[in-house]
Amino acid sequence: MFAFALPMASEEGGFVPPTVSDTHLPEIFPWMAEYGTGFGKQMLMIVLSIVLISWFFTAAIKNPKLVPGKMQYLAESGYAFVRNGIGRDIIGEKNFRPWIPLLFATFFFVLLNNLFGAIPFLQLPSFSHAGSAYAMAIIIYGTWIAVGLKNHGIRYFKLAVTPAGVSPVMLILLVPLEIISNFIVRPLTHSLRLMATMLAGHIIVMLAASGARHLIVVQESLALNGVGVLVIAGSVAMYFLELLIMVLQAFVFTLLTAIYIQGALEADAH
Amino acid sequence: MSGSLNMIGYGLAAIGSAIGVGLIFAAYINGVARQPEAQRILQPIAMLGFALAEALAILGLVFAFVIK
Repeated sequence: MFAFALPMASEEGGFVPPTVSDTHLPEIFPWMAEYGTGFGKQMLMIVLSIVLISWFFTAAIKNPKLVPGKMQYLAESGYAFVRNGIGRDIIGEKNFRPWIPLLFATFFFVLLNNLFGAIPFLQLPSFSHAGSAYAMAIIIYGTWIAVGLKNHGIRYFKLAVTPAGVSPVMLILLVPLEIISNFIVRPLTHSLRLMATMLAGHIIVMLAASGARHLIVVQESLALNGVGVLVIAGSVAMYFLELLIMVLQAFVFTLLTAIYIQGALEADAH
Repeated sequence: MSGSLNMIGYGLAAIGSAIGVGLIFAAYINGVARQPEAQRILQPIAMLGFALAEALAILGLVFAFVIK
């Protein structure tokens, strides 16, 4: 049932598993590539997600009621989850308020773009392409460095890489490690974690679909056809696991955003 | 059957950070079970440790794809 949208396994000879390059779909407007960047399915879905999120939240609070309806309840509990569960708990009671819009936008943007991977016909998480994940991580990387510089001045870089209460001899060892871990590995892993989990989920969908198609359509033996049906049944279980991972990754991405901002705000506290 | 040995190497390398992430969350659950009110303090520490430990697995995945 998924197979028609997927690269076909080769008809004669053995089964060819899908590779990473199969996630790069052809561009929708090839002429746009001449002006710097192409316009593919991922970009279309990112535009769609912005439209959907802004439509949903404006429609949900258009005429707010004291006893909320279904939509208003959903929007309000989503907002409360990000505000209290991520913003207030991590950044702290004192200065979490200016950060609610960023965290809220980040969480729902990543969540909806991940969930696109579970919606039939879209069936491709936008962040399965590293480029979109890099863009998100660069925005947040720039944000927390700017926060640190604004709050502590240029001294922030010293505060960020020297852990307090360590003897000077150990600092020779620790400072390079802290520089690598905070300023190089941190933004890389922040983006690649999201991209890798989404890509892995998408590859599993492609593998299950093209494998099941190969077993049912190409193979002659009845036993192998039965195995193909079992693969489809198993892929339903994987679908729900993927659904869980999609929500969890959106949460982890936003939580790490909050943690990095909190670390920059209170760089002198530890 | 053909493919890249990189992926087997990556699978072996991921065991290390899988154990690390497991230990971090085991300690986190233990801490919260003993002292539920400490959850807000423990959660960012656990998440930072998890992010650091998982960084190795993510770097491994990237190198598995990049290095031929």
